[in-house]
Amino acid sequence: MNRQDLKTIIYAEKKKEETNKYKHKICVCCGAGCISSGSEEVMKKLQEEIKTRGLENEVEVIPTGCMGPCNQGPLMKFLPEYNIYQKVDCSNISAIVQSQLIEKKPIEDLLLFADSREKPFIDARDDPYFKKQLKIALKNCGHINPERIEDYLVHNGYLALDKVLFEMSPEEVIAEVKQSRIRGRGGAGYPAGLKWETVYKYVNDQKYVICNGDEGDPGAFMDRSVLEGNPHRVLEGMAIAGYAIGANKGYAYIRGEYPLAIKRFELAIKQAKKLGLLGNNILGTTFSFDVEVRIGAGAFVCGEETALIASIEGKRGTPRPRPPFPAESGLWGKPTLINNVETFAAISPIINNGGEWYSEIGTPKSAGTKVFALAGKINYAGLIEVPMGTTLREIVFDIGGGIQNGEDFKAAQTGGPSGGCIPAEHLDVKMDYESLVSLGSIMGSGGLIIMDKSSDMVDVARFFMEFCMDESCGKCVPCRVGTRMMHDLLQKICENKATQIDLDRLEELAVYVKETSLCGLGGSAPNPLLSTLRHFRQEYENRIVQHD
Amino acid sequence: MKSETAVPVKDMPKTDPRMKLIAAKLKKESFKPDALIEILHTAQNAYGYLPKEVLSYITKALHLPPSRVYSTVTFYHFFSLKSKGEHTCLVCTGTACYVKGAQAILNEIERGLGLKAGQVTADNKLGVQVARCIGACGLAPAVVLDDEVQAKVTPEEIVQKINAKIGTL
Repeated sequence: MNRQDLKTIIYAEKKKEETNKYKHKICVCCGAGCISSGSEEVMKKLQEEIKTRGLENEVEVIPTGCMGPCNQGPLMKFLPEYNIYQKVDCSNISAIVQSQLIEKKPIEDLLLFADSREKPFIDARDDPYFKKQLKIALKNCGHINPERIEDYLVHNGYLALDKVLFEMSPEEVIAEVKQSRIRGRGGAGYPAGLKWETVYKYVNDQKYVICNGDEGDPGAFMDRSVLEGNPHRVLEGMAIAGYAIGANKGYAYIRGEYPLAIKRFELAIKQAKKLGLLGNNILGTTFSFDVEVRIGAGAFVCGEETALIASIEGKRGTPRPRPPFPAESGLWGKPTLINNVETFAAISPIINNGGEWYSEIGTPKSAGTKVFALAGKINYAGLIEVPMGTTLREIVFDIGGGIQNGEDFKAAQTGGPSGGCIPAEHLDVKMDYESLVSLGSIMGSGGLIIMDKSSDMVDVARFFMEFCMDESCGKCVPCRVGTRMMHDLLQKICENKATQIDLDRLEELAVYVKETSLCGLGGSAPNPLLSTLRHFRQEYENRIVQHD
Repeated sequence: MKSETAVPVKDMPKTDPRMKLIAAKLKKESFKPDALIEILHTAQNAYGYLPKEVLSYITKALHLPPSRVYSTVTFYHFFSLKSKGEHTCLVCTGTACYVKGAQAILNEIERGLGLKAGQVTADNKLGVQVARCIGACGLAPAVVLDDEVQAKVTPEEIVQKINAKIGTL
């Protein structure tokens, strides 16, 4: 396929959509969350219902990726009205179809958040849950069928790839990404443009692009939802990166725990290859790029870039000292660019709308939007995307609908086992890289767990330390031995058997492990401990046994 | 370790259809040693665990030292050298599930079925495992029963469901 063919397909698909014989479109959320709540049966029942009523020529039913409010699932969205129904049950589908399509009015009691708001919003876009959000990486999630490349093409899919291949030099692409000021969404927040430029500068006949989809943080499911909801967006971002840095091969490393994401991503690769958007001589140019999926085998440390590379090479996923950084010597010793799923998902909008557009969103130091996985004791758990700099209070109360059962907010845990807890007095903190670090936490990949008074903060620290102890690869002593010792001390405090000496030792140890570990896992393992000590020291001291 | 399929390695591809899957995967990956993890995934899916004979077959096919294969298998949580049971109950202990009471579920399973995480019943009917996070945090606490995610479960409910499963065998 050449450039003209791509334009022809997009034009034809758009035309089809415009002169659509369908008057209505019903999107059924088939993200992993809603599937677990039974959305596949809902979809089947809905299709039957449409058929029995003879509406199949007027109504199109499509499965989509994640719409956001996962714990209200299964979700069903009627377009163009934007009426979203929550907790859809096979038994009330008939009534919904009757009211919505025949009587042309929604059933208010079944709409999204009808059971928790005084009055639900008829047009879901008016609901503060959606109004406060700005979806860039997740833009098409929940609108398109992730298993059809044509759906992505209609929404200007692969136009960014077309643009870079025909109108931009690799240097210009890198300049655009640099101008967008997007920072790596995997957690550390290294400027993506700089990373691209570094890899670009190393001269080598073979370079690689790796997409890090080893979302190991417990409590995070952003990458999963992006891969499941819009796999082509990630694929397009990877191809653009390949063009910019001069790589012709990419690997997507996806967690083995996410079978649906793997399936949809592999399907996306197949479809893109068939249309000539991947493979040899993409769109008739000299640029060739191929992507392969590598399935993670359940090791948290593999999210660390050098460990991930070892894992792709078929070895134990242990990290190695840096430098040399992967940009210089990565996969099989070749220059390698590693970015997170969410970073790649933001690339095509940056190319289409310009780096300047992206850089104006968010805060001066943290540009753009961030996807968060909101979970824990919150009313509307699920997936959200907000501009950087949105306050925690807005996320928890305006979007998340507050704490379950009207309890008080106690803490928010960000960044998983590498992050920390933010207490209630800092609810107005702006969610950006620097502000979170100043509170002793980190942005991390975007897991946001909300806790109420039922969570014991010492036990939370013990929980994360146990995680790090289990997941430590064992290569370096500070992490292997240090996490075990800290865990045992925390266990002792939890059992009310520790003395002040133990607590002092714990604090001392935390600093040693933080400063001397080989990789990020050990280096950040003490963070949950240190941050709970900083904000909730009283809870520790209450459990200390006094010497007589 | 005693395995159920104690067949000499050289005969295995002919006698066991599951070995054919592995042989096909080996061929697809052109017997490249760096595809070890991919091949182990295939074997683990086919058998539910990695029998010694299968590992030794893969080791020879890829021309790798057994130590390298063994160290890789034992490094990753996904791979298991023991059978995980005919039915599996995977309790998610990710942060969201932890906050919402995953421990209570594990306690109830231990109380009701006498099984701790990582254990398998004597008749091999049921195995209980824990997962670090299955990414279904919006539905916490979550349990995966035979590949089917059970959302927002209560401890009593899950024991009931397990009993129903084992009973139907």
